[in-house]
Amino acid sequence: MIKRSRLNTLYGAIFIIAIWWLMHLFYSSSVIPSPYIVIINFFNKLLPVLIPHIAMSLYRIITAVLLAVIVGISIGLLTGVNEKVDQFFSPVIYLLYPIPKIAFLPLFMLLFGLGNSSKIILIMVIVIFQIIVTTRDSVKNINPEYFYSARSVGVKGWKIYRHVIFPAILPQILTALRITVGTSIAVLFYAENFATQYGIGYYIMNSWIMVNYVDMFTGILAISILGLLIFQVIDLLEEKYCHWVKVGNQEEREIR
Amino acid sequence: MIKVSNLDFSYQNEKVVENINFSIKEGKSLAIIGPSGCGKSTLIYLLAGLLKPDEGVIKINGNIINNIRKKTGVILQNYGLFPWKTVFDNVALGLKVRDYDKNKIDDMVKNALEKMGISELHNKFPAELSGGQNQRVAIARSLVLNPDLLLMDEPFSALDALTREEMQNLILKIHKENNLSYLIVTHNIDEAVFLGQEIAVMKEGKFIHMIDNPYFGDIKLREKEEFFELCKELRVMMSEDDLL
Repeated sequence: MIKRSRLNTLYGAIFIIAIWWLMHLFYSSSVIPSPYIVIINFFNKLLPVLIPHIAMSLYRIITAVLLAVIVGISIGLLTGVNEKVDQFFSPVIYLLYPIPKIAFLPLFMLLFGLGNSSKIILIMVIVIFQIIVTTRDSVKNINPEYFYSARSVGVKGWKIYRHVIFPAILPQILTALRITVGTSIAVLFYAENFATQYGIGYYIMNSWIMVNYVDMFTGILAISILGLLIFQVIDLLEEKYCHWVKVGNQEEREIR
Repeated sequence: MIKVSNLDFSYQNEKVVENINFSIKEGKSLAIIGPSGCGKSTLIYLLAGLLKPDEGVIKINGNIINNIRKKTGVILQNYGLFPWKTVFDNVALGLKVRDYDKNKIDDMVKNALEKMGISELHNKFPAELSGGQNQRVAIARSLVLNPDLLLMDEPFSALDALTREEMQNLILKIHKENNLSYLIVTHNIDEAVFLGQEIAVMKEGKFIHMIDNPYFGDIKLREKEEFFELCKELRVMMSEDDLL
């Protein structure tokens, strides 16, 4: 399974690089440098220049996503399990959900300072709504027979969470994460344009201002690899903890 | 063993179980037959302590049931297995939450799987198994807790005819070996006659007939004249009550 997905990644990479190379030939300007030069530049600058930027971006995104997951799942569980809490919170969530939270970056910078906090909070606020809504809906959709079944063999209290609720909602939460991580990298890129000298977003925009398009593309390559790596971590989690979903889907396909 | 008196239960203002009285002695069995929606599943949930009665009392071995009882095994309609747990973990769950030692759990689960003839499936997920195999896992999950009473809610309704008979034989065998009392809810006449020492006919929340089955316990019963006679008798009775 994993072997095949690696082959797919390789195929995708070759395809994209081919398009990139064709565009480089077609435009024949320094705005789109050749993939070859960019890749060489990437490896030359990886250790001395890129790693600190990538590390800073990774720190911001991982902190934000972890906080969003912990707080979001907690709120989602509360609203999903308890009808009264749901009635209290849901209208608020419903109104806040479609608001473009990215517009609040200036406010967050005023409130939480120009440093990492405002950037982390912005990403967290964007990711958290998806997690809350997914958790709440998944909990509500758990087949009641599972709760009866668990109770009938003596599962009670917090063990219901451990044996029934968490495993049942985990696949949907990972799917929600996959969707929001793409958004959160975009937000990270935006947030890193302000009041910082570290972060892959800063590196890309700075190279652009300096008219160094090879560096700019190197930064784009780095942020793409960052996104890909985060996706693969989610895939690994899915493979490890939600293998049963895949097994179930496979059986269904075979029956059809 | 079980004594049920004046049992009432309503669901959203609709009476689902109404004034039910019966008793089962230790080591005996009762089959409850009735159409869909007659309240027979609710009755199983009440006996299991998963639901609380509005009125009336359920006593098992003299103790009033208003919660889960440790020695009652329950097999729900769709097997009640968790798709995210392997066969082994599904069977082990009840032992784990009782804080048994890990080695003891291993031994007990292996033993139960072996008894059900599904040892080689221990690493599979329920989605990878056939209906009959899943049913065996569900039975193993109940038996591993060493129950003295087994409650089954249409356990074999999703199985094909041959697997269904195989499972019925298995229940009869377990019953004989362990002197296990059980209650089975079904909408299948053959099943009620093969597995019920007593057979209750249920309609709109009430027991309308209680039949004694003198032929119960014979593994070859299905091949005998008496079996067809009793099936026919039950069928006529149910047809007169507009249940068929």
